[in-house]
Amino acid sequence: MDLENQRRIKEFAEQYGSEDFILVLGGGEAEASGLAAETVSVGDPTFAGPLAGVSLGLKAYHIFELKDEIDPAVYEEQISMMEMVLDVDAIMQEVATYRG
Amino acid sequence: MNFPVIKGASYGLIQACDMVRYQGTTQTSEMRLNPASEYLAQMPGHLRAFADAVAYPPNQVYIGNLRPRALRDIPSPWYNNPIPNASAQGTYGAILPQEDFLGLMKAVDKFDLVLLEESFQNAAAERLAANAAVSGWKALAALQKGQAEAAQIEALVQEHKAEPLYNGGKLVGCVKKAHDFDAALSEHVMFENLVAKASAAFALALLLQKTGLAAEEVDYIIECSEEACGDMNQRGGGNFAKSIGEICECLNATGSDMRSFCAGPAHAMVTASALVQAGIYKNVVVLAGGASAKLGMNGKDHVKKGLPILEDMLGAFAVHIGENDGVSPIIRTDAVGRHRIGSGASPQAVMQAIVAEPLNRVQLRISDVDCFSAEMQNPEITEPAGAGDVPLANYKMIAALGVMCKDFEKSELAAVVDRIGMPGFAPTQGHIPSGVPFLGHCRDMILEGALNRVMIIGKGSLFLGRLTNLFDGVSFVVERNPGKADEPAQEATSNEAVRSAMAEAFSSLAASLRAQ
Repeated sequence: MDLENQRRIKEFAEQYGSEDFILVLGGGEAEASGLAAETVSVGDPTFAGPLAGVSLGLKAYHIFELKDEIDPAVYEEQISMMEMVLDVDAIMQEVATYRG
Repeated sequence: MNFPVIKGASYGLIQACDMVRYQGTTQTSEMRLNPASEYLAQMPGHLRAFADAVAYPPNQVYIGNLRPRALRDIPSPWYNNPIPNASAQGTYGAILPQEDFLGLMKAVDKFDLVLLEESFQNAAAERLAANAAVSGWKALAALQKGQAEAAQIEALVQEHKAEPLYNGGKLVGCVKKAHDFDAALSEHVMFENLVAKASAAFALALLLQKTGLAAEEVDYIIECSEEACGDMNQRGGGNFAKSIGEICECLNATGSDMRSFCAGPAHAMVTASALVQAGIYKNVVVLAGGASAKLGMNGKDHVKKGLPILEDMLGAFAVHIGENDGVSPIIRTDAVGRHRIGSGASPQAVMQAIVAEPLNRVQLRISDVDCFSAEMQNPEITEPAGAGDVPLANYKMIAALGVMCKDFEKSELAAVVDRIGMPGFAPTQGHIPSGVPFLGHCRDMILEGALNRVMIIGKGSLFLGRLTNLFDGVSFVVERNPGKADEPAQEATSNEAVRSAMAEAFSSLAASLRAQ
């Protein structure tokens, strides 16, 4: 995960706590999305960024998992095209792995 | 409407192995942060020979010796399946070795900043005098004087007054800083800018050589690389374009630089088209040279996975946009797509803005476009680095957008991707892959009747400049020429025009019925 994003997420978590704070991912690929979810839950597995060794315990969801929470018209306009393009099941399964 | 046309396109590649090692940012960053790294030790063993770069199938496509879809028939990995008897000379361009290119850098340098060791310079001068694309350059006279001693070059590099130029691991020259302390004129910046200038001048020379365009006929040059030249008071003041035209003796031309990251070339093509259609200029050349910083950008992943360093190529191109000649493919200036500031950043919003919206404006559908050329990065370079197959991702998005626009059935997705797409073949040089590498092929395939309508797409990641999070995208449509509007069309062309008009009328009627 991008080092700058790690820094910002760390700051937000410190500011708002991890109880009512979730991370919404929009990645186009299962492995990269899983890596992001892992980084914000147990820490940066590449030990490169501010979240190296920092376990924030944040829950990450991919936007595909939140379909039912979103206004169908907005989802249709913003997300439905990519639903046809990407491997939705693989992404959702990978991201869910890191929510314990 | 008398649309402007694509009169010709040229493509240059330069293999620059030593620049990978000494000037590519992945390698220079590693040298700064981790000089004893395993990667830096292993990397030189993964550099390939010039003959391997020439025979590499995507490079043969780039210079026009193979059509892009021919790559589908070459087993992967392409680096293990070289083209037999491949030539460094191509239909649209040529591949130059680094030792010749260093000579070109000296030739285009107007401020005596480039020093080359005497025997190296003399040999380069001899080879360039025999290179048909550049042999006529008056600028080659610079290679007849100012030869440097090896010790002088070493001293300048050691004192950090000059950027080293290596060839085959040997220090053969340097680029001096152009000011004592101005960071915008440092030895490294001057090196990058001279690389961009020399490679673009090479592409322009190829355009003049391959298409018969006379240097004095060029009215305007738009340079669209990702470099910036200027001094500390105007860091990106310009003007690469005129400096490049000067080398090729385009004495009647003026020009300017246009920037938008990887979308720069598409913006430049649209602007060139407008200038020609408005009658302001008759002949405009859009061109760009290569980016030394991006050499070996994904080298760590390539070395880790046992690949050769495939990002050893500087890319360059030049395209001639001229007045309608009744034959060359037209640029539909009424169907230019743009990602607006208010378009939104989701992939769907971007594709809607740059693909569906401009086609709708002229009553065309996605299914009316035979082929798309978006970001034509070679997937063999990007996939091992985890960036996926970029052209394929674009084709899937366009096909999915077509499903949403009810141009295709969802079950047709894979077939559509196959029909509208082609494998990526361009070096990962930012602005170089962005749509334009296909223009040479596209022009000939339309003239041959293999294609009727093509959409070229440029996309840019503006966030890299840290001024905005906005995305950028521009598209334009290239089409078979139906004949000049102000002249009686040939019978065959006229029939074609009637068929096309009827097809458009039916398509529009069908669309309105669907809408009801």
